[in-house]
Amino acid sequence: MTTELAGVSWDLVGDLEQLTEFPFMVQALEAGTIVAVLAGVIGWFMVLRREAFAGHTLSVIAFPGAAGATLAGLPLAFGYFGACAAGAVALAAVSHPAAGARRGGESAAIGAVQAFGLGLGFLFVTLYGGQLGEIESLLFGTFLGITAAQVQTLLWVAVIALATLATIGRPLLFVSVDGAVARAAGVPVGLLSLVFLLLLGLAVAATAQIVGALLVFALLVTPAATAQQITARPARGLALSIALALLVTWLGLGIAYFSPYPVGFWVTSLSFGVYVGVRLVLSLLGRRAEPLGAPA
Amino acid sequence: MSGEALRLAGATAKRGSRAVWSGVDIGVAEGEFVAILGPNGSGKSTLLHVLLGLLPLSEGTATVLGGPPGAANSRIGYLPQRRSFEEGTRVRGIDLVRLGLDGDRWGFPLPAALSRNGRATARRVEEAIELVGAGAYASRSIGALSGGEQQRLLIAQALVRRPRLLLLDEPLDSLDLSNQSGVAALVQQICASQGVTVLLVAHDVNPILPYLDRVVYFAAGGGVEGSPREVITGPTLSRLYGVPVEVLEASDGRLVVVGTPEPPSHHHPRHGHDH
Repeated sequence: MTTELAGVSWDLVGDLEQLTEFPFMVQALEAGTIVAVLAGVIGWFMVLRREAFAGHTLSVIAFPGAAGATLAGLPLAFGYFGACAAGAVALAAVSHPAAGARRGGESAAIGAVQAFGLGLGFLFVTLYGGQLGEIESLLFGTFLGITAAQVQTLLWVAVIALATLATIGRPLLFVSVDGAVARAAGVPVGLLSLVFLLLLGLAVAATAQIVGALLVFALLVTPAATAQQITARPARGLALSIALALLVTWLGLGIAYFSPYPVGFWVTSLSFGVYVGVRLVLSLLGRRAEPLGAPA
Repeated sequence: MSGEALRLAGATAKRGSRAVWSGVDIGVAEGEFVAILGPNGSGKSTLLHVLLGLLPLSEGTATVLGGPPGAANSRIGYLPQRRSFEEGTRVRGIDLVRLGLDGDRWGFPLPAALSRNGRATARRVEEAIELVGAGAYASRSIGALSGGEQQRLLIAQALVRRPRLLLLDEPLDSLDLSNQSGVAALVQQICASQGVTVLLVAHDVNPILPYLDRVVYFAAGGGVEGSPREVITGPTLSRLYGVPVEVLEASDGRLVVVGTPEPPSHHHPRHGHDH
C-alpha cells in the first residue's frame, strides 16, 4: 500500500465505504470474488483427484509463462494462460488416468517438468533485466494493480471453466473416485483427465494473476481441503469450498487495505488458519471420519 | 432358464504378444453362480476384461448377453479388482453407489432432491444399499469404512442398475474369513433372488464352495469349466497343469490343491495379493 489512508475504525459501514471508495479496490474485490469461486470449485475436484502436485506444478509453470510474456512484450495474461495450458497438456501426457486414483510413479516426471519451468522463469527474468519488483509481483501477485480489462478477462475465463465443469461434473466425479468402473461403464477416462487438467490450468493462471504463482495454493487447495475435512457430501463440499475461498479473499483484501502487509500474506495466512483450526476442532471432536449430518 | 448368459468358443486372449490362455470353451447359463479360479497370472481378470469388451479376443468368439462383448455393458455390473479406497477419500458410500447408476451421464451431480429424476434415483440407490445390508454406514465417508463394508457398498454399486450379469473380480480379497463367507452368502442370495448371473473371481474356493453352481479353472494357459466336484479333482487339474496334482479334502470339507507348479498359495485362506 502506497497511498496514505485513514486507519481502520470500529465503524464497519464506514470502513466498507472507505474500502470501496477507490476503483482499484473495487476491481480487486471483483477479481478476488471471481477467482475465489473458480478456485473453490476446481480446487475441490483437484483435492478429490489427489492432483494437488499437478496443480502446484501448473502454478510454477505460470511463472516462466508470465516472465516470458513480459520479456516478449506480450500481455501478462497471455503468458499465464498459454503456459498453464501447455503445462496441462504435458501433465496429461505423463500421467496415466487409467488407474483411477493417482499413483506416485508419475510424480517424478511431474517434478522434473516443475523444476525445468522454474529454471526457465529465472532465465527469462534475468534476460529481462532482473528488476526485483517484477519477479516479486509474478511470484506473489499484484492484487491491487488489477485493471477493469483484467476483471473482464477473468470473468470470461471463469464462466467458460465453470460451464465446462457443469457439463462434465458427474462423469468427472465418477472417474475421480472410481476410475476402473467408470471406464467399464464407457466414460472417456483419458479425455476427462485431460479436460480437467486444462481447467485446472485455467484456474491456476487466473488465480496466479491475483495472488501470484507461489500463493495459488492458498485459494486452490486450502479451502477445498478444509471443505473435504468437514463434509464428504459433494454438493455441500463444493459450496463450502467456494464460501471459504470467498471468505479468505474478502477478509484478506480488507485487512491488507488497512495494514502495511501484503494481500498474499493475509490470504494465505487466513486460509491456513481456517484449515488448521478446522482440523484441530474435528480431531478434538474425534469425528474426522464422520461427515456432518450423517444420514441423507 | 431362458438361455445362456455368455459363451466363449475356441477363445484365445493375448496381452501383448503373450497368450494368456487359448482354446477356452465356456458356457454359463442365466442365473448361475460361477467362480473363476486359478493361480496368479492365469488370466482370471483377463476373462472379465474380454467379457466387458475391454480386451478383444485374438481367436475364437465370445457372446455376452446375446451380443458381442462390450455391447451390453449397461446390463453388466462390474466390480474391478482393488484393495480398498484410501482413508482420505472423502466421498460417501451412497454417492459411490449413485455414481454406478448415473455416473456416466453428462451434467453435474446435483443433490437428489434437486435433480429431475431425483426421487426415483434416490429410491433405486436406497434399494441397492438395503439389498447388501449397508444401510447403517452408507452415509459415511468410504475411506473410513472397513474392507468388508466397502466391499458391500461396491457390490451395491455394481447392482444398482439391475444388471443381468455381475462380474466380480476378487471381491473377497482383503476380507477376513467371516466377512468372506458373509459376502459370498450375500452374492448367492442376490443371484437367487434377482436371477442375476454371477461370475466371481476368487483366490480361494473354500469360502464360496457351498454356494457355487459351477467353476471355471484357469491354469497353464488353458481353462476348464464344470461343477466344482468335476473340476476341482486330481485328474482334471493334473490334465490342466500337465503335471500330477492332488486334491485333498479336509475333514471340514475344505479342498486343498497340492502339487501345482506354482507356489501353492492360491488355495490358502490367507493370501497376499494379485500381480
